[in-house]
Amino acid sequence: MEKQLRTDFKKIIDSSNFSEKEIITKEKYLNKFIQNGFPGKKNEDWKFLDLNQAIKSNIKNLDYFNENLPNEVDPKIYVDGLEHNKIVFINGRIEKIDFKYEESDKFEIKEQFDSESLLNDVNSLVDLNSALTNRYYKIQVKEHYTVKKPVIIYSLTTSKISSKNINIRLDFDLETNSALKIIDYSIDKSENNFVNIVYNFNLEKDAILKNYKLDKEENNNIKYSYNNINLDNNSVAENFILSLGSSFIKNEINCNLNGRYSSAFVNGIFNLDNNKNHEIRTSINHLNENTKSYQLIKSVLGENTKSAYQGKIFVKSNAQKTDGYQLSKAILLSDNAEFNAKPELEIYADDVKCSHGSASGSLNQESIFYIMSRGLNYKEAKELLINGFLLDVVEKITDNEIKNLIKNIMGLKE
Amino acid sequence: MRDKQVQDLKDYKYGFSTDIDNIKAPKGLNEDVIKFISNIKKEPKWLLEWRLKAYNRLKVLKEPDWQKPKYPKIDYQDLYYYSAPKSFKEKPKSLDELDPKLLETYEKLGIPLQEQKRLNGIAVDAVFDSVSVATIFKDTLTKQGIIFCSISEAIQKHPELVKKYLGSVIPITDHYFATLNSAVFTDGSFVYVPPGVKCPMELSTYFRINASDTGQFERTLIIADKGSYVSYLEGCTAPMRDENQLHAANVELVALDDAEIKYSTVQNWYPGDKDGKGGIYNFVTKRGLCQGKNSKISWTQVETGSAITWKYPSCILKGDNSIGEFYSIAITNNHQKADTGTKMIHIGKNTKSKIISKGISAGYSDMTYRGLVDISKNAQNSSNYTQCDSLLMGNKCGAHTVPYIKNKNSDSNIAHEATTSKISEDQLHYCQQRGLNSEDAVGLIVNGFCKEVLQQLPMEFAVEAQKLVGISLEGSVG
Repeated sequence: MEKQLRTDFKKIIDSSNFSEKEIITKEKYLNKFIQNGFPGKKNEDWKFLDLNQAIKSNIKNLDYFNENLPNEVDPKIYVDGLEHNKIVFINGRIEKIDFKYEESDKFEIKEQFDSESLLNDVNSLVDLNSALTNRYYKIQVKEHYTVKKPVIIYSLTTSKISSKNINIRLDFDLETNSALKIIDYSIDKSENNFVNIVYNFNLEKDAILKNYKLDKEENNNIKYSYNNINLDNNSVAENFILSLGSSFIKNEINCNLNGRYSSAFVNGIFNLDNNKNHEIRTSINHLNENTKSYQLIKSVLGENTKSAYQGKIFVKSNAQKTDGYQLSKAILLSDNAEFNAKPELEIYADDVKCSHGSASGSLNQESIFYIMSRGLNYKEAKELLINGFLLDVVEKITDNEIKNLIKNIMGLKE
Repeated sequence: MRDKQVQDLKDYKYGFSTDIDNIKAPKGLNEDVIKFISNIKKEPKWLLEWRLKAYNRLKVLKEPDWQKPKYPKIDYQDLYYYSAPKSFKEKPKSLDELDPKLLETYEKLGIPLQEQKRLNGIAVDAVFDSVSVATIFKDTLTKQGIIFCSISEAIQKHPELVKKYLGSVIPITDHYFATLNSAVFTDGSFVYVPPGVKCPMELSTYFRINASDTGQFERTLIIADKGSYVSYLEGCTAPMRDENQLHAANVELVALDDAEIKYSTVQNWYPGDKDGKGGIYNFVTKRGLCQGKNSKISWTQVETGSAITWKYPSCILKGDNSIGEFYSIAITNNHQKADTGTKMIHIGKNTKSKIISKGISAGYSDMTYRGLVDISKNAQNSSNYTQCDSLLMGNKCGAHTVPYIKNKNSDSNIAHEATTSKISEDQLHYCQQRGLNSEDAVGLIVNGFCKEVLQQLPMEFAVEAQKLVGISLEGSVG
């Protein structure tokens, strides 16, 4: 693997124009990745989902260099019924940026590499991303500007590529009192690639971020997404993860509540069937007084599926008056389904309110009986109960347009 | 008067050491030492081989390092693995032959063996450093066919039982400290309750580490045969010493069809002084196997001592309809650290488990609840309920909860709840308004917080435990 990595790294460097210093920085991350490799079961954070094993058994000769050939954007892929700004990635390369609803001096995207903003000591996959990403983009929302329409980040893969490692990296700067809504929307026509996405958000005072991730299409790729969110005073980050389609995906969200009265929300849904293997891992770090976090994760697990939720609430000793809550629930529909949870609290301050709960089990037979006795058949009764179970999470979405979009995608009816 | 009482309580009252001549094995861990232990205990050949097998495995094993409380590396070659009072070369036949100094020690500990024998009905087995010194009430038990003796005695007198069950729950292929214990265990208690017998009294063991530089490695084996019941209590103390002492015991419980074992621990090893110097490393492996149908194992623990407590009393629910329970209070103060919890492994059908854990941390201490609930594919209709609550006093301490939940069966239910909070001002105010001072108020509130667990303890222990809860937190408020 090392040889392949080094030659592919060289190809990436040769085909881009990084400065001498930048290359040294990137090399440092490459060496770190080579040292640690893909994380596997032995790694506590990957206990429930063995990425190393998944890559070994699904991808032969993983290729880290991506030629980045241009592709045509087919407008048919665009989401209907929602006016939105667009960023389109095809096979890891930006093909289209369309911010037509916004004031161009208030909201912009720049290509810029800033080695300061690279994330250190997170895990080997983030290191891999730092080493191999060839283009860096920064999206900036100027102070007091509210981005009018949501930004949908389309991430497409075409059937042309296979056994490739695709790295995407985006930086977001939300200046004082600004607001941004983004939707991650992936469409995969390819198979057996490893997609590694890293976003870094910086929220200044009073900024509001709404971050939605939709993974809905069936595909055979292995995916990893890491979002780091830094929050200053009074800022809010709302995250929602819809985990449906991919055969193997792990979403990680790390929130640093640095400022007073800042708050973070993470809500997620797993609705899985057919051998799917999904995980959400969150870590919410309460680092200042009066911060708040809320997490709700629900799973519905069908035949041969596995979902895992690892959530950590960390409270630093000066973060008094912290309010942290975490709840995970799962319904197992099959005897071959598996639900794993590790809801963790690490608390060093005494004047806090922190709690978590986790429950898993089967559909309540009495509820099914009740509904059937009112004239629905078994299948309808089951669907009704599952819809109700999941709707609870969708209702947490504060943006009505996006809430309706997600309800449509999931086929949820009220 | 009260000041004096408080002063007495604040200091670790079991911190004295007894001056008794000891026979020790040579320092260090090697085959010769193991042979020495085996030889001095006149063990059969199979056991020596078993020990050596464990030792050979130990050589390639690595010490685990995933725990929250970190500690300086232990030099296993700098420990005595066997220490016994000299007068014990031949085990005394009755209490009258005991070294009077030993009896005095136990008197100071609050376990006057002589008196207990006559007064209340608890059978006590006292373990001093490495040897079991006295077992009382033997006759009454023998009449019912109950075997309650030291494990060394059991090896001599009931080798078939020992051979059958020793290592059946904690095999020599287990983790580092369990394997270390298998190689060098010195003594401990052995209980066998025959089919259909309800043990008429509480069985109790008192452990005492006396000699310095000594590790204590006792091994307890309790077997409840079909339809039997036994309740077993365990208490522990150690003298105050500046260096850290290692305590790595193994406790194995086997419950056959319809049997029930209740195992209660009040652990009060020396916790080290105010600055965290000295104290016991309590790295104990406790595991119960519900082997038969409808069997039940219940762990209750009150953990107030030790510099570091690192243990997870577990239940393997193998038999159908078996039940596992875990009730725990863990209190850390000053620089104490604890990483404790339980594992409930559901294998059989209709198995149930319940976990109630209460953690209290004060001063500069650090407390972690770590637990596993694993419902395997074939454990139909199983259920688990877990509740872990933490109470923090001050912002120099930490309280952590790390549950692992694995559900592989769609017919089973797992529910987990955890909260972390502090003693509310309102509650304190209410108590103080009614005339309690702040320390008494805290004691009252904490006892209320722990009530669910304290209720599970046998009467005699509950009183002691309640006092201990108060003592452990003295000086942590104000």
